Amino acid sequence: MLSRDEDILKAAEDWCQAGRGVALATVVETWGSAPRPVGSNLVIDNEGNFLGSVSGGCVEGAVVAEALDVIEDGRPRMLEFGVADETAWKVGLSCGGRIRVYVEKVS
Amino acid sequence: MKLDLLRELNAERAARRAVVLVTDIESGAQRLVKAADAARDPLYEIIDKHLRAGKSGMADTPQGRFFLTVHVPSPQLVITGAVHISQTLAPIGQLLGYDVTIVDPRTAFASIERFPDVKVIAEWPDIALPPLNVDRYTAFVALTHDPKIDDPALIHALSRECFYIGALGSRKTHAKRIERLKRAGLTDAELARIHAPIGLAIGAVSPAEIAVAIMAEITATLRLKAERAEAA
Repeated sequence: MLSRDEDILKAAEDWCQAGRGVALATVVETWGSAPRPVGSNLVIDNEGNFLGSVSGGCVEGAVVAEALDVIEDGRPRMLEFGVADETAWKVGLSCGGRIRVYVEKVS
Repeated sequence: MKLDLLRELNAERAARRAVVLVTDIESGAQRLVKAADAARDPLYEIIDKHLRAGKSGMADTPQGRFFLTVHVPSPQLVITGAVHISQTLAPIGQLLGYDVTIVDPRTAFASIERFPDVKVIAEWPDIALPPLNVDRYTAFVALTHDPKIDDPALIHALSRECFYIGALGSRKTHAKRIERLKRAGLTDAELARIHAPIGLAIGAVSPAEIAVAIMAEITATLRLKAERAEAA
């Protein structure tokens, strides 16, 4: 894998170690043209700070919002974004692809 | 993910060891499979396929639906020779995401002025290379034209199964190199792994163009091999 995600997972570890609520989002499936490959990570803390990307900017806002819920209740979630999806249309995956993102709490 | 698991994952990656995180996406259960232990895992075949391709992905199995996050070490580029070609090759490698290290015992070449943003080690290969963890995720390029420097480095790179090994020099120079390395005990099969003359044939003339040809050949070797492994 050529993408540099070590700092993202290290940040997840460090943030959690420092006592912050932390969630990890991972791109698990893509269809059509998707901006970030399967396996890409985004780490989010309970204040909405984030590092990394799952889409190159299109749906990060929505993922961060869901991640705050995941940090709150500890339940992992599977999110899907695509042009056929009304939510996704709102947050805009403009490349026309479809992605599925797994969001889990780190604890 | 449990913090302990994440800590273990990060430790494996820091040590440049391949590892796969297996997530049961129905239950959220997770486990870490080290490449060295993969053969003992119930999902061995599918894990091995993903490891060889270096790609994460979803796996539908009789045991359920799993997501495999594959972590192979970030590729590194190790160059012997702080030469003119390296001045372009090193930054191109960095742009492509490689950790780049240049080894050259000749201190006049290996100066900070010539390589402001690159890790340069002004030591002989026998001292400089072992701590670099040269491995199958490493591309090795010999550019000094000096057998005293390039030959021991090539022998080291071959023993560590670098995914790409290239050496600068004409066909004639390379033929002499092959003779020397054979006398040093290397087999024909090992020596056939050395790309020489180095680089894709794009008619490169200037040092910068040769650097582009080398980096293109490294990329082709990395990506086409992964594609073949995936097709298999």
